[in-house]
Amino acid sequence: MSDTTVTPEVAASATPKAPSGSMRFFKSLLLIRESWVGMIGALIVLFWVVVALFAPWLAPFDPLATLQPFAAPGTEFAGNDIAPPGVFYLGTDHLGRDVLSRIIFGSRTVLFYAPIATVTAYTVGIFMGLAAGYIGGWWDEILSMITNIILSFPVLVLYILIITLIGPSGINIIIAITFATGPTVMRIVRGLVLDLKNRDYVAAAQTRGEGSWRIMLVEILPNARGPLIVDACLRLGYVIITIGVLGFLGLGLPPPQPDWGGMINETRSMAMAFPHMTIYPCIAISSLILGFNLLADGLREVSLRD
Amino acid sequence: MADDTQTDPNVPLLEIKDLCISYYTRAGEIPAVVDFNLTIDRGQSVGLVGESGCGKSTVAMAIMQYMGSNGGIKSGTIKFKGKDMNEMSQEELRQIRGSAISMIYQEPMAALNPSLTIGTQLMEVPMFHEQLGEEAARKRAIKVLEDVRLPDPDRVMKAYPHQISGGQQQRAVIAMALLSSPELLLLDEPTTALDVTVEAGITKLIAEISKEYGTATIYISHNLGLILEVCERVCVMYSGEVVEEGAIRTLFDTPRHPYTHGLFGCIPLPTADKNARPLMPIRGQLPLPHQRPPGCNYGPRCDHFQKGLCDAQEIPEEPVEGSTPDHAVRCIRYRDIDWDAYEPDYPERPPMEVGDEVLAVENMQKYYEVVDRSLAAIFSGNRVRYVKANETLTFNAKRGQTVAIVGESGCGKSTFAKVLMGLETTTGGEIRFEGTDIGGEQVQKRSQSQIAKLQMVFQNPSDTLNPSHTVGNQISRVIRKFGVEADPDKVRERVLKLLDTVKLPRDFYYRRPRQLSGGQKQRVGIARAFAGNPSMVIADEPVSALDVSVAAAVTELLMEIQREHQTTLLFISHDLSVVRYLSDRIVVMYLGQIMEVGSTDEIFTPPYHPYTEALLSAVPIADPNVVKREILLEGNLPSVLDPPKGCPFSTRCPRKVGEICDDERPPVLEPAPGHRIACHIPLEELRQVDPVIKLKRKEEQVA
Repeated sequence: MSDTTVTPEVAASATPKAPSGSMRFFKSLLLIRESWVGMIGALIVLFWVVVALFAPWLAPFDPLATLQPFAAPGTEFAGNDIAPPGVFYLGTDHLGRDVLSRIIFGSRTVLFYAPIATVTAYTVGIFMGLAAGYIGGWWDEILSMITNIILSFPVLVLYILIITLIGPSGINIIIAITFATGPTVMRIVRGLVLDLKNRDYVAAAQTRGEGSWRIMLVEILPNARGPLIVDACLRLGYVIITIGVLGFLGLGLPPPQPDWGGMINETRSMAMAFPHMTIYPCIAISSLILGFNLLADGLREVSLRD
Repeated sequence: MADDTQTDPNVPLLEIKDLCISYYTRAGEIPAVVDFNLTIDRGQSVGLVGESGCGKSTVAMAIMQYMGSNGGIKSGTIKFKGKDMNEMSQEELRQIRGSAISMIYQEPMAALNPSLTIGTQLMEVPMFHEQLGEEAARKRAIKVLEDVRLPDPDRVMKAYPHQISGGQQQRAVIAMALLSSPELLLLDEPTTALDVTVEAGITKLIAEISKEYGTATIYISHNLGLILEVCERVCVMYSGEVVEEGAIRTLFDTPRHPYTHGLFGCIPLPTADKNARPLMPIRGQLPLPHQRPPGCNYGPRCDHFQKGLCDAQEIPEEPVEGSTPDHAVRCIRYRDIDWDAYEPDYPERPPMEVGDEVLAVENMQKYYEVVDRSLAAIFSGNRVRYVKANETLTFNAKRGQTVAIVGESGCGKSTFAKVLMGLETTTGGEIRFEGTDIGGEQVQKRSQSQIAKLQMVFQNPSDTLNPSHTVGNQISRVIRKFGVEADPDKVRERVLKLLDTVKLPRDFYYRRPRQLSGGQKQRVGIARAFAGNPSMVIADEPVSALDVSVAAAVTELLMEIQREHQTTLLFISHDLSVVRYLSDRIVVMYLGQIMEVGSTDEIFTPPYHPYTEALLSAVPIADPNVVKREILLEGNLPSVLDPPKGCPFSTRCPRKVGEICDDERPPVLEPAPGHRIACHIPLEELRQVDPVIKLKRKEEQVA
């Protein structure tokens, strides 16, 4: 395409220029600006992403260091041999750790595990859904059966069961979430595929002898992306709740790693006397979930408008 | 109804003056209808014709004062019986809507509430508008159902919408509109979603009913032939303006506006021949409402356009000199254009040479199994039943030939296409394609070259292209897949050449389907089908979803490429006029069986199969010089699960001989080699049938 010897007019008529793919993707992301709800969501999410990325520079203290137990928000810290002087903006917890720093580092846990868990759940769900919807027949019967069995358990019971069985750790959280949410994704994908597979362009692909996997992945899946992206944003919020709940139940990341759910759990018995230890992590979780939900709403709004 | 119905008879029923309607969107104000005038007297019927986007439905909505949140009447008046509707209160309008003015929409299923019985929905109308009691309302409803010729009104009253057929649904909708004895009936493409034979019944009904009830009608349609059959006057709309109006005969005999001429040039008439008088598509595209050219909107597409004159001023609508008084045209040059001397240069095309046999179908059968899982079925042993989608099909197609399969929905023509493409397999019989039987082979089991040689153009333009991939990608995939070219540069070169062939600009390579119009998508679909150099292409109703002028262009294109590539074309359609125009041989199907096969001339002249006869009579023809014999079919298509034992057409056949038709399969008669009719009626008798379509002789035309 970078044939510079051709005169501009000839080049225009003979070889049309390709608009760059990444530019297009970027532009379609920018459509979110048309929805102010979506913009607020995007800003909240972006805020937490920045916080997580720059945690070591933003956090005033070491999140694991025991400095001064039960300090109220705004207490000045004189400094000692562990840490330099500073202010406990959000106070400290019962072990004397700075709440703000723990929240800042806790965002890393959530924003690391939640997307990974969502992506794995989606990968599993998409493949199951494609197979069940497109191939149908026995595949559909069996996959739907498995899905229905898993979905018939109360989700929380399922999580507790899985984590207590295989032990609390980062990887196991991902496995548990994939196991419990994959089937829901499968149902969505299956429904979309059942609709899309009757389109003429799928018939056109079939009549030129394309393989099933190519049809599923290249012809069908890209056209299901709209609803799936919206749902993924929403589900990311649910996964954050789940990680919080698991932390709260003591099934999250093993201590002393900063984990929002864990922070609430450890300090909830003191919540009446020292509300700052519990409330700030709660606000952190809620705001992030709110951010993802608003983002999903905005994406849906924008995608419907087209 | 209120007593103000007895108003002065000199006041017209509906009078629209200088109506301008705009829609307000993110892109700004979009003028949808500009400067619209219309006067209707009681009992008159007026047609509004035009292609999609010309504003004809907007006018209807404005009459109902039902514009939606982003539309508005900018100026002008709509007077109903002398009262300006723009100034009526919501309550007054509510009284008028559905009682003095009724509207019938395109989709009958969408107009009926699926969770209420027809009876409840019908009775609601007089109970609301006239406060009638339940019993009286029921009587009225049954009476109107009888008036719209619905058999067994009591059963229909108790039925839910899905329990009756599409034609019956539309009749029920018409009944609902008539219940309040409206003075004005608006019909927005009322038969577009229906089969031709059903359509013929409905249009006849509408014409009769409006006479019987003295109702004025506004009939909106894109089909000039239909308008000719039901209306007295017609307005031709283009891009938001009326470009020509007049009495129906005047306008059809001496059209003055170039667009009206253009429309007639796009319609295949039974007198037309693809080689001697090809369709003349209108070039270019309808301008978007906010991109209308200065002066005449039709200017950029007009052959008689004069720079500095047509684009210099607003073109007023003026009465045509020397014509009937109500004939008006919006063309500044109409006096200067001599239509008698105007002969567009038809490209001369010799008839195509027919080569060897490409496709031979012999006794092909396709049954679908339906398993009944109810207990009763298990006990009675009738667990498995068969839907006979295709029964003993036999015909062939030669190289370069165009073979059309005609029939109404449910006749099995699409099933046959599926089997041919390998999406389904035959139950019995053979389909030999270039000598090998492919009927039993799923597409996955066919060889690459077999697949490449048999390609398809699909019906629905919005569905035929994958919205996620660019046009270039979708065509080049076919080229690479079929191994026509492998080198990326050469593949690209070929795609660009194909875009040239289907007359699309080369920079469409990077366009996505949603940036294309319906006709453009269909062109890409054609390019894709021809990308692998197929020897046979199946086109499943490729133009039925397109506007007339676009359809004409796509049809011409399809034929041109076919000619160039010497391809066999299997054209599936329900539209006999298109089929007549482009095909060499025609297969008429009914309920999965072939009723008649023959060359185009043989099908269109006696001897006919009685079903062919009825089909021919049902096609609306936009030519007042054609006389048609009227044959209306009674009843509905029988269920495919339970077809008649003898001749499938026996339940509706107007020429039924007797019990033999119900009980025995009809023999195949062969009036000429290659022309086959499956019927019990002796050939001699069939030969004596009058032709359905006749041209009036010259002397009669003058009278």
